[in-house]
Formats: sequence, structure tokens, C-alpha cells
Amino acid sequence: MVQDHDNHHDDHHEHGSELSEMQLRVRALETVLAEKGYVDPAALDAIIEAYETKVGPHNGARVVAKAWSDPAFKKALVENASKAVGAFGLMSRVGDHLIAVENTPKLHNMIVCTLCSCYPWEVLGLPPVWYKSAPYRSRAVNDPRGVLADFGVTLPAGTDIRVWDSTAETRFIVLPMRPAGTEGWSEEKLAALVTRDCMIGTGLPKNPKDVS
Amino acid sequence: MDGIHDMGGMHGFGKVEPEPNEPVFHAEWEGRTLALNRALGYTGIWTIDQTRYGIERLPPDVYLTSSYYKKWAVRLENLLVEMGLVGADELEAGHALRPGRPLKRKLAAADVPKTLSRGSFARPAQAPTRFKPGDRVRTKNLHPQTHTRLPRYARDRVGTVEAIRGCHVFPDTAALGKGDDPQWLYTVLFDGRELWGESAEPTLKVSIEAFEPYLEPA
Repeated sequence: MVQDHDNHHDDHHEHGSELSEMQLRVRALETVLAEKGYVDPAALDAIIEAYETKVGPHNGARVVAKAWSDPAFKKALVENASKAVGAFGLMSRVGDHLIAVENTPKLHNMIVCTLCSCYPWEVLGLPPVWYKSAPYRSRAVNDPRGVLADFGVTLPAGTDIRVWDSTAETRFIVLPMRPAGTEGWSEEKLAALVTRDCMIGTGLPKNPKDVS
Repeated sequence: MDGIHDMGGMHGFGKVEPEPNEPVFHAEWEGRTLALNRALGYTGIWTIDQTRYGIERLPPDVYLTSSYYKKWAVRLENLLVEMGLVGADELEAGHALRPGRPLKRKLAAADVPKTLSRGSFARPAQAPTRFKPGDRVRTKNLHPQTHTRLPRYARDRVGTVEAIRGCHVFPDTAALGKGDDPQWLYTVLFDGRELWGESAEPTLKVSIEAFEPYLEPA
């Protein structure tokens, strides 16, 4: 049943013939499942649309920006992220097991799932290919500083690293440090500094000078 | 199972290669594959742990050489055939050759928004917690042939309980379709050197989310 010719992590590198092989294979699977009455193709369309347009790291960025702006919200977020984000009314209810971990000058947090691809979908959307890749999953737990170097990030020597391996249904989001020079910024403007990677812990927020 | 999926700490996979401006899906079939997984999950035919175990059981060479969504697609085919919901002949034909089996429920487009948030994996506790924050614990040296969420790199290692995360569905049992078997879940923190020896950065800390059956007092 299993045939493999593609040995790339990401399918956009696949040759056209292999791409169409998967296209045909998945189309056949969907046809069988729809004909047997197990799935409704219109529901599949709605799922895809939601992940392409509604769910994504812009949601997490709003949470971080609010935490930077509102000390009471930040406290609530770190105490119980599911509850705090749920009350924020961001979107439909977030999962029950969301945990926010806060970066400080002394501690940098990084999130990984070494066993599969666990990721806080509700606040960050679907994980990028690199997050699900063997290099990241293998090295994040024993060489996080080397992983950060792959992202062009160098932390000060005095900043320790804490890695969270998502081995259960708990999900983690990193609360990065608010960049200096953003005093008086609106939440909306702050959110523009918050990248997906800085909420995973493989990046830092954007430089305020780069956001006009 | 001690499979290729358990990658923490392995060497030789090279650098992490982020893709600038990565699209949500790289091809149409990836989105269809994700959606099929979600829609079938909604019918209640399997648990999330059964689907993870489905990926882990792919042959190692297939696991390593297939893209993420290709693994999902192959896993779907395998599980559906294994459970008798679809015939291999039907996948071959690209059409249903027999009527489907009745399922508990079917996902309609109108119900999609409410399926976007995750359900809860918390369950009523069957017993009091055995450990509390601050306790030193040793992870057991477990090597089950079946699904487990205790990664190899963190077996038979001493760490500290940092937090109690509630009583959750136990993946090792749920993956076999044998019910929820709720167990207490803890965040357990390890020093990098306990996991990786002298080669680790001295200040590195790594935590796992560990179910109580994985732990014993240190």
C-alpha cells in the first residue's frame, strides 16, 4: 500500500509527477469516504478555509500584545492561559490545556514536540514544516542554542534555556519579552512585533524600528 | 514503541531550515488530507492517540522519507482498512464498492467552527496524586511495544515535579482503543546533564509532560 519516492521534507520541492501522485491518491480516498457517507466534502472545504483564514499566529500575537499592555491580563495568562485567552474572546473556545511560559532576561523558553507535532493550534495555527521536521525535533532538547543559531538568533550568555517537550495534551505558548522602545504603543502596533517564531521560542520579537 | 518517531536527542538530521513566508498548505491535497483527518476524527471512530500510533507504526524508511501530510494520508488509509471501514480494493478502485458502516455522527459544514477548538482531555481522578511539586522522581525504564508518550531520552532519569496538570486520558491505553484510563499528569523538569551527560550546556533544563505511571519516587 505504501509507495514512496519523495524524500523531501516539504512538498513544494517535489517533482510535479509526485505531487500529482499524492493529489490523485488523496482525491481517491476522499471520493471513497464521501461515497460511503463518512465525510461531507462541504465540511472539508469549511475546515480548510478556517485554517487558511481564521486560525493563525495573528491570534497569538494579539494575546501577547495584550499581555504586554495589561499587567492584570498578563498575570491571568501566566496563571491559567486557557481561561485568560478564553475570556479574551479571541475566537471560539481555546483548548483546556494551554500554558503560557514567560521569557525573562535570565530565562528563554522553547517549545518542541519530539514525538510528533503537538503545537498550540488555536493560538498559532498549523505548525510550520520545520517544527515537524527531524532536525528540529531531534536537536531542540539537546542543542537548543544551536537550533537558535539556525534561526539567526543569539542569546546573551547569561540567558539560560528551558525547553518544553509537549509529550501530552498540554500546549505551550511562549510569552516573549516586550521590546524596549515601545512605550506608549497601542496593542495593535505591539501585535505587529510578535512573530510566530517568538511564540515558539525560536525567534525574538521584531525590532520596533522595523515596524513603522 | 521504540520507533523512529521518538527523535529527541538523535544526531545526524542536520540544520533546521525555516521557510520564509511559508504557506499554510504546500499543495491542495495537504489541505484535503488535514480536513479528512479532522472530519473522520469527529465521527468518533478513533482517538487522537490511535491516530498517533498509526503514524508511529509506519515503517521507519517510510516515516523518514514521507512529507508530513503524506504520513497523515497513508496513516488514514491504513487505519480505515485496519478497522474495516474501507476496503483496500475500494482505495485501489477510487470508489466505494460497498455501502459504508453506520457511524456515530458525521461532520456538517455548519458544525465546523465548533470543532476548531480542542476538546478537553481532563477526566475525573480515580485516586489522589502520588506526587507533588518539588518531589524528586525517577522515570521508569519502560519499553512498551505499543504507544507511549515517555520519550526514550527521558527514561530512567531523575527529575523534579514542577506542576500537576490534572488527571488526563492516558495515551498508552487510549491508543489501543481500550478506553480513557485516566492518570495524573505532571510537568517533570530535568537538568540537561542528567539527560545528556557532560556534553550538555550546564544550565540547560528540559521538561516533559509525564503521566503518573511513568514515574516512581527517586
